[in-house]
Amino acid sequence: MLNFILKRLGLAVLVALTVSAISFSLLFMAGDPAAALAGEQATDVDIEAIRRLYGFDRPMIVQYWEWLSRALQGDFGESYYFRLPVSDLIMERLSITMTLGVCGISFALLTAVPLGVVAAIRPNSLIDRFALFLSVMGQAMPSFWFGLMMIVVFSIQLNWLPPSGTKTWVHFIMPTIVLGYYAMPAIMRLTRAGMLDVLGSDYIRTARAKGAGEGRVLFKHALRNAIIPVVSLAAVQMGFMLGGSIVVESIFALHGAGYLAWESIGRNDLPTVQALILIFSMFYIVFTFLSDVLNAWLDPRIRVA
Amino acid sequence: MSEPVLSVRNLRLDIPTGAGTLHAVRGIDFDLERGETLCIVGESGSGKSLTSLAIMDLLSKRIERKADKLVFDGTDLTKAGAKKMRALRGDRMAMIFQEPMTSLNPAYTIGDQLMEALLLHRKVGKAEARRRAVELLEKVGITGAERRLSQYPHQLSGGLRQRVMIAMALMCEPELIIADEPTTALDVTIQAQILRLLVDLTREMNVAMILITHDLGVVARVADKVAVMYAGELVETGTAKKVFDAPMHPYTRGLLRCIPVPGKTERGSELGSIPGIVPSLVGKVSGCVFRTRCEEATEACRGEIPYRESAEGRHNFRCVHETGRRAGVEEPA
Repeated sequence: MLNFILKRLGLAVLVALTVSAISFSLLFMAGDPAAALAGEQATDVDIEAIRRLYGFDRPMIVQYWEWLSRALQGDFGESYYFRLPVSDLIMERLSITMTLGVCGISFALLTAVPLGVVAAIRPNSLIDRFALFLSVMGQAMPSFWFGLMMIVVFSIQLNWLPPSGTKTWVHFIMPTIVLGYYAMPAIMRLTRAGMLDVLGSDYIRTARAKGAGEGRVLFKHALRNAIIPVVSLAAVQMGFMLGGSIVVESIFALHGAGYLAWESIGRNDLPTVQALILIFSMFYIVFTFLSDVLNAWLDPRIRVA
Repeated sequence: MSEPVLSVRNLRLDIPTGAGTLHAVRGIDFDLERGETLCIVGESGSGKSLTSLAIMDLLSKRIERKADKLVFDGTDLTKAGAKKMRALRGDRMAMIFQEPMTSLNPAYTIGDQLMEALLLHRKVGKAEARRRAVELLEKVGITGAERRLSQYPHQLSGGLRQRVMIAMALMCEPELIIADEPTTALDVTIQAQILRLLVDLTREMNVAMILITHDLGVVARVADKVAVMYAGELVETGTAKKVFDAPMHPYTRGLLRCIPVPGKTERGSELGSIPGIVPSLVGKVSGCVFRTRCEEATEACRGEIPYRESAEGRHNFRCVHETGRRAGVEEPA
């Protein structure tokens, strides 16, 4: 097991380095950064001066190394737009995004996994149909529409929940539901399919032949095997929620990191974009690593790989 | 003689399908004494496995089980609820399945799975369960038993896994073991070892065994009693000696003809076979199910078929003909 963890960790570091190189090179793929900084009225002399001032004239590898060693210390440079340290800018937004992401994935898992299990125990039953209905709705309904409808009903008509902002936990209820509901269908269906598959397997019959009760058969013998693909999926969705919850963040005016990334792209604020891409990718890498470790703990056969 | 450990009368299994009710198993009768080995033989789909799963109450809920009598060790299984059955399964009756590769849970160690059987049914501590698991692993011929306890199924070969399954079935010293083709999925070289082990252990521990197989060679070596099934019916039952020496039912005779005998069967000669196919069992099944493939068939085979006792007794067969042969046909020399 330790061997497996070390191997995966090594792999994760390699992926992280590759991603950092790509996100660094964005700066140059988007055109001449000096020209962009100097603005449209700038002369060639101005651009040259800026190029030297920001160090864009040095060899690429030197610039990468400098950027990376600073980034590792939490220094992502200064935002072109806000003229503030990017790290300050991000920290404040990131806590909002992380709260939303953790709540969203928890909501998705806590509804989808039990529903998937129940649906698998009684396939084609009323509850199975209900679960299918919920998942089709979740897949078909765009988040922006669902979010707006929630605001119309719960904020405007019933006046139960605040439509926007981040002041208290109550503000996070609707965004959590909208974000979580987006991830729910896939998790639910994967849980259902996995459970159906496992419940028909020989070792479940063995457990029953041993005299194990239904609860023990379901949760000790079946769920542990059925949940393995769900763990991998949830990790990817968690990464997505932390990076790509732009729609939900804009509807409920939660100024999180996803929203900042979207704005920064529009403003050509490359240091901010770079930093956010790097951080979002790190989330993916960390969650993938954690899900690999969790799966290896669940299934001993994975530990060998 | 004492009360049989398992007594079955008129066991029927019906499966509702879109096209009508499938009468998968019809009118099974047999008694199994303590420590006795009954072999159920028959081709695929003849209802052997369904019968054994019905005794364990492990059938899918879709299948309806009915019986005039189904008594195991003094308990009427037709009236036993789910809780009572759970208490019996794994404790008083245990089962060994055909596929050792998939019959163990990949997520738990051999030790966990062995100990589970004991911990579910006995008020014993982990240390005690562990000691028993080691003892049984040694009994089924697994070396380094202590070390094996912490291994996972994927680290064991098929033969070893089947030994683990046997050890698991024996954890609570059951009265009855049902082994559903326990050697079919194994290498030929391992088959004989596993079978020998199973037979030795059940004899030693005085456990009754129902061994399901389609290998008549196996039956000849281990069975006290034989039950031959065809298309969901018991066509012939009796002591192994009687069924093998004087098979009465035409189907049994056909089966026995299919076994090549070294030295007797000529090289290159055609292997025996029974022409025809098994009839559909959907809807009402009447008359002899074997009549479409039977050499001895007459008009009378469409009618009621009696379950006869042969002249010497303790040997029953289901045939209209008194001797299992058409009247006027001489017994071939």
